[in-house]
Amino acid sequence: MFRRPTIGRFRIRGGIHPNDCKALSAAQPIENLPLPPLLHIPLQQHIGAAAEAIVKRGQSVRKGELLARDQGAISAPVHAPTSGRIVGIGSYPAHHVSGLSVRTVTLQPDGYDEWHDACEGVDDPFALTPDEIATRVAAAGIVGMGGATFPAAVKLNLRKRYTLQQLVINGAECEPYLTCDDRLMRERAAAVRDGVLLIAQALGVSAITIAIENNKPEALQAMREAITTTPSIQVVGLPTRYPMGSEKHLVQMLTGYETPARGLTADIGVVVHNVATAAAVYDALRHGRPLISRLVTVSGGAIAQPRNLHVPIGTPISALITYCGGYRSPPAQLISGGPMMGQPVATLQVPVIKGSNGVLALTADELPQRREMPCIRCASCVTACPCGLLPLTMVAHIRAGNLDSAVTYGLPDCISCGSCAYVCPSHIPLVHYFNYAKGELAARQRAQHKQGETKRLAAARRVRIAAIQQAKREQMARRKAATAERSA
Amino acid sequence: MMPETPPMAAPYAHNHRSVASTMLRVIVALLPATAVALFQYGWPAIYLFLITLASALLFESLSLWLMGRPQQRFLTDGSALLTGWLLAMTLPPWAPWWIGVVGAFLAIVVGKQVFGGLGQNLFNPAMVARVALLISFPLEMTRFIPPQPLTSAAAPDAVASLAITFGTSPLPDAISGATPLGYIKTELSRGTTLDAAIANTDSLPQLLLGNSSGSLGEGSALLLLIGGLFLLYWRIIRWHIPVAMLTTIGVLAALLHHIDPTRYGDALFHLSSGGVMLGAFFIATDLVTSPLSVRGQLLFGVGCGLLTYLIRGFAGYPEGVAFAVLLMNGCTPLIDHYLRPRIYGRDRRGQQLNSDREGAA
Repeated sequence: MFRRPTIGRFRIRGGIHPNDCKALSAAQPIENLPLPPLLHIPLQQHIGAAAEAIVKRGQSVRKGELLARDQGAISAPVHAPTSGRIVGIGSYPAHHVSGLSVRTVTLQPDGYDEWHDACEGVDDPFALTPDEIATRVAAAGIVGMGGATFPAAVKLNLRKRYTLQQLVINGAECEPYLTCDDRLMRERAAAVRDGVLLIAQALGVSAITIAIENNKPEALQAMREAITTTPSIQVVGLPTRYPMGSEKHLVQMLTGYETPARGLTADIGVVVHNVATAAAVYDALRHGRPLISRLVTVSGGAIAQPRNLHVPIGTPISALITYCGGYRSPPAQLISGGPMMGQPVATLQVPVIKGSNGVLALTADELPQRREMPCIRCASCVTACPCGLLPLTMVAHIRAGNLDSAVTYGLPDCISCGSCAYVCPSHIPLVHYFNYAKGELAARQRAQHKQGETKRLAAARRVRIAAIQQAKREQMARRKAATAERSA
Repeated sequence: MMPETPPMAAPYAHNHRSVASTMLRVIVALLPATAVALFQYGWPAIYLFLITLASALLFESLSLWLMGRPQQRFLTDGSALLTGWLLAMTLPPWAPWWIGVVGAFLAIVVGKQVFGGLGQNLFNPAMVARVALLISFPLEMTRFIPPQPLTSAAAPDAVASLAITFGTSPLPDAISGATPLGYIKTELSRGTTLDAAIANTDSLPQLLLGNSSGSLGEGSALLLLIGGLFLLYWRIIRWHIPVAMLTTIGVLAALLHHIDPTRYGDALFHLSSGGVMLGAFFIATDLVTSPLSVRGQLLFGVGCGLLTYLIRGFAGYPEGVAFAVLLMNGCTPLIDHYLRPRIYGRDRRGQQLNSDREGAA
């Protein structure tokens, strides 16, 4: 069977050392953002099926009340971030570069911020069984808060299918600029610790590692102090290197084991959760508080006063920027998330969702120049790639329209971390090409699937019709025979 | 207010390196060795150097115009300047002007732009030009002179040097001198022993400091080594190619020297003479024409070293760095095809790793 994992420092390949720019906001304590006049709460804030609204227009809701129910195995419910009136259920610009609309509940806060009666905590959450913990986490609508937004309860139920030995809590926060996890660990270390213990209890593992990059000494210190009486938890400082927070690389760094391609870390007995997810789990179980707000770092050279804000889900990002004093200089790019893997923001009206960990307004100086040159095969991207890929070769194939060759060169194994584009001296937007190719391949796969289904249905229909005709002929034959018999 | 930029995928951060800054750093790393070499060989060398660089830029500009590419963007990328620079380093310092011009044409037009321009060439352009010149003009390309520093009395002044470079006065035979490698090769073929031959050539300190006959880049091995170390420090190149190439040459030389000291020079002689240092740090590591993966680069370096030594020791030419690099350049696509990095979560053949931890360790 499995060996007990050793905790230590192992080597991972590649990676880069970007200027972390965390000093802009790291010293700012968490502040509560005042309620905006309207909250726009999308029903799709997670990976999986969108939630389905159960409230009606004009209805009054209270803080924490269920707005939309989860649909299917991988989904998450959505709750009211404050008390108020539902003023609409319709389309609203999504938290996506396209700016297309998604189904969104619009809530007008009444200012009382009254909690719903159903939001009741448990005095001793540690008395709950693993199933009860998972059920409550699911009901609270908690998703992976590092940005992946995968429903947390689904990950808690991995214990049913895998032999797990270790829980890794991701406090790497390797994206430049972002400091909300840092502040969370500094200011709410005990809540993080209890959340971590609850997750471990749900998973049935006793070995727990909280991994934090060494560029956050205060957070390391705070977490170390919080766990002095908890021998099952270890706090490990990680070398500062992007993408240390990539789940599979983090696990390899800590255990020395590599997750198989296309597999889960659970394949090697490890489950990874984000520190913010752990805090959300604690709040949900102890205080009965669903996931209705989150910490967001507002930063970048163009922001007048970078800050770490506690924001109700559904707040338009314009409110965050206004609260931070607006712009110091005109921004050249607005991003949701970090600069390495974040998404460009289509309009300032888009709401903060469960996975939003940062809003950045970057000046032209902070951005890469866009003067693309031919590839000089310098292999910087090969050295930087943490996945052992040949980014320049994949791009050459994608440019030639040879997507299948790009796949054989490992396109599906790319984690889109952006290290290659960060180091490219020719300023080739490598990730842009990879995203295009991945999207195109997914579309082709869907088309192929649809074609297959159509063929299958058509074939089934032919068989069905043939059977009906056959039956008719037989009936006719029987009737003829019967008539002949009678007349005989 | 929203910023007006077309949507482009992340990352929105960059290490602020560019093609031009990469090329510029290579040139900076070449500067000390170049400056000393130009000083050693005086005005004719300076003229040839400038002519070669100017011709390289001119042919680059002409090719860009023919291909309809933006002039300013590609001329300022530094690649043509570097190619011209490297070519000039491999020419005999007192060669006539047209060697520089023809060489620049061969390097830029035949070696680079015909393949499609920056990043597309299979062979190192400077080496294509050097080898083509060597085969086409063996006389001009092998007429070396001993160093005559600018400050020395024997050195021709700026005006007299014009006559040398522009060919109005032929090189006096009296002052020409073979390179150490060439001299030893000739002497060995005449039956002289190595010891006797070496006694007549330059000593090791002379080789290291560049105080011996040869092309500009065969000058100071020490300064080239320092330049190469800067390239490593700046992470323009990785250590694998130079170390593999130098180790291969060193080991082979030591081995054969041990077997027959009367015929084969020792490791230090081979490493400090000829174009080995320039080749190992500046030519073989050419980004465009060397392999991508670590294992590929190691193999490439070993191949360059092996071929260099074989050509020096057993073939007709006294020096083999250029041929060795070109031959290995030809192997680069094959090396890149077979030697790829291992993909995360997969074994070398691309199969998913076994999910059993025992096996995956």
